Amino acid sequence: MFTDCDISSYLIFCLAAALAPQDQVEQFFKSGHTNNWAVLVCTSRFWFNYRHVANTLSVYRSVKRLGIPDSHIVLMLADDMACNSRNPKPATVFSHKNMELNVYGDDVEVDYRSYEVTVENFLRVLTGRIPPSTPRSKRLLSDDKSNILIYMTGHGGNGFLKFQDSEEITNVELADAFEQMWQKRRYNELLFIIDTCQGASMYERFYSPNIMALASSQVGEDSLSHQPDLGIGVHLMDRYTFYVLEFLEEIHPASQTNMNDLFQVCPKSLCVSTPGHRTDLFQRDPQNVLITDFFGSVRKVEITTETISLDPNLAILESRTPKDEITTEALKYAEQLPVAQIIHQKPKQKDWHPPGGFILGLWALIIMVFFKTYGIKHMKHIF
Amino acid sequence: MSSSSPEADAALLPLQGGSLGSLTIYIIPEASSLLPQGVSVYIGKHRSAVVRGPPAAGDVLTVVNARVRHIAQTMSFTPDSIAAALSDRVPLGNLGLDTRRPFKSSLGYEITFSLLNPDPKSHDVRWDIEAAVRGYVQPFLDKLSFVANFTVDSQILYYAMLGVTPRFDRNSSSFLLSAHSLPHVINPVEARLGSSAASLFPVLNFLLYVPERAHSPLYIQDRDGALVRTNAFHSPRWGGIMVYNVKHPAADEAPLPLRVDVDMVRVMEVFLAQLRLLFGISRAPLPGEFLLENPGNAGLAAWELDRLLWARTVENVATVSTTLTSLAELLDKIGNIVIKDDVASEVYRAVASVQQALEELAAGRLGAAFQASKEAVTSSERAFFDPSLLHLLYFPDDQKFAIYIPLFLPMAVPLLLSLAKILREARRGKKEPTKTD
Repeated sequence: MFTDCDISSYLIFCLAAALAPQDQVEQFFKSGHTNNWAVLVCTSRFWFNYRHVANTLSVYRSVKRLGIPDSHIVLMLADDMACNSRNPKPATVFSHKNMELNVYGDDVEVDYRSYEVTVENFLRVLTGRIPPSTPRSKRLLSDDKSNILIYMTGHGGNGFLKFQDSEEITNVELADAFEQMWQKRRYNELLFIIDTCQGASMYERFYSPNIMALASSQVGEDSLSHQPDLGIGVHLMDRYTFYVLEFLEEIHPASQTNMNDLFQVCPKSLCVSTPGHRTDLFQRDPQNVLITDFFGSVRKVEITTETISLDPNLAILESRTPKDEITTEALKYAEQLPVAQIIHQKPKQKDWHPPGGFILGLWALIIMVFFKTYGIKHMKHIF
Repeated sequence: MSSSSPEADAALLPLQGGSLGSLTIYIIPEASSLLPQGVSVYIGKHRSAVVRGPPAAGDVLTVVNARVRHIAQTMSFTPDSIAAALSDRVPLGNLGLDTRRPFKSSLGYEITFSLLNPDPKSHDVRWDIEAAVRGYVQPFLDKLSFVANFTVDSQILYYAMLGVTPRFDRNSSSFLLSAHSLPHVINPVEARLGSSAASLFPVLNFLLYVPERAHSPLYIQDRDGALVRTNAFHSPRWGGIMVYNVKHPAADEAPLPLRVDVDMVRVMEVFLAQLRLLFGISRAPLPGEFLLENPGNAGLAAWELDRLLWARTVENVATVSTTLTSLAELLDKIGNIVIKDDVASEVYRAVASVQQALEELAAGRLGAAFQASKEAVTSSERAFFDPSLLHLLYFPDDQKFAIYIPLFLPMAVPLLLSLAKILREARRGKKEPTKTD
């Protein structure tokens, strides 16, 4: 009888695939995502790091062009180059010399700007541990069927990436953050691209499934910048991102180009450094992964074949029943600070603890040496 | 007496008790005329079913066992439907599109109806969306109010084009959108939908597109090239789009803009069907001898709500257990994270609620089980995503060494050397008495 269905045994149920074998094969190769997110981070400030902001903005531009809307992009720029007082062409950020391509555009939406780009905020965005007052545009609201593209650029070294010239994020912290995301199923598949010196060290420690990583240089190599513009006076782009941008300009939302082409993008002859990639954690073969799976937002659609039948007369009858006027409650200011929570917590009793062994030992040592050196008979002269 | 099955069902409703998750099956004599000819099972829109009994007067129960089992699986849950609720824990490739389409269990949803008018010069489109929502959508959402909180809003967007240019088909002298161009329709519009200003809950978008005069009439083609009857399509976990064609009078001297009053009944029939699919309420195919009662304007039978609740409860319990387990693993790995009092109380509450939910599930009390699982999810999410649990805020041991060693090592070198000298002198002093002044 149906009551025999042991509810607690749902956890060990195996699935019987109800699909025909042909469909199953097709499903397996296609990605199972339903939405796309992008987190684009530029970690350097100061005018001479113009190229890092231009890198990030070019990826932003490509990603928007291929269909991901602003509401699904978290853009973090550590400094403002477009309105910098040293910019001879204000409100523009160029990626080509001779000012061919302005990647700043008219509709850029920067979510984290200037001093808000910190390691703490970046990790908060990834793991979702954000204070409740954060606006929606600053959150990564991905679910278990989101494909996320994470692009980071800046100055880095073996195992770390420098944020704002004052702090750094290590590859271990990044790997742990991704594992936290995986535990909460905040992504379906993740593509991590990093354009810094010794970038490959940043993806060495990843251990969560479904991550594919690309880096612009191997450990021990530097990523080089592309070309300076004599009018603006700084280097405009990094080589790796420049060639990635050229590659992405050929992609349109319906293209079938796969990841293997992206891996070939910047050979050593052009890039001087050797780009690397890591696909062992990724379940699908890179041959079957489309570029638009991460850079674009191609939605799966289904034709609606069924309707339900509604009876308009019934509806009129129902809506004629008098409904009370909904009393609108008086508007009040939303609580920004959880005062009640703070007040509720009892103040921690700060007990006095005697100084610990280390401090005592240190002082004993210092005093002993002092008296040994100067002799105890001098004590009355000193004090 | 001859009455129809819906009337009988309504008459028997007060006798049933009707709590969530319950199921009443009536077995009627084989020769009864309550069910039409050829129909042996009738599934009502509340929580009851009527089965035609076997011809012989033998052991009725064993004979109808298979049918009763089938009814129970249709009206409550099957192993597949429960496993589909756990789809995010199952590796890729084992599941069909049905599991990817519905939204994950959440505490609230935001539903937005948008009217897209790309050609306001030719069409002056009016739609009485408030009355339609009140009359058709609100009863459906009221039935689902136990599941989550819903907010509904609507907007009209002008000059919002689709991203795809439709093809002109000479045979039918109409414009066609083929099935493989449909995925690219949504993206250009999405930026203007304003979902970034909406709430933190998942947003369902329903778009009604009135094509431009130059591109009228516009039909959607499915994969085989046939025209889609509903002229609508939907995207998993996002929402749906319907194309509404306007009849233009033959004479060209009709004054522009043409006033169009949208037939909300037709539109809501499609949107509600899409809403049901996006919540995972779909009808499994039944054999021909089964007859399902039309749920009417509410759009949802009570047992379909039960199906949803079974799946959601299981999903919630699974989510809570994995959340709490990974929180415990995080605390194991980073030993010096401080757990605040309120985080600790949320964790205790989550554990208590999930244990209660499991007890209620085992007893079959669906309503209480779902309520407990919802509380468990709220508490566990609040505990896991508490902003104070960021591991950056706590010094790992290697950073402690990195800070204190450069500070104390230079200072400690002369101290230790002097200490060594003191010890040596003291040892030498023990061997020979020191001369004192």
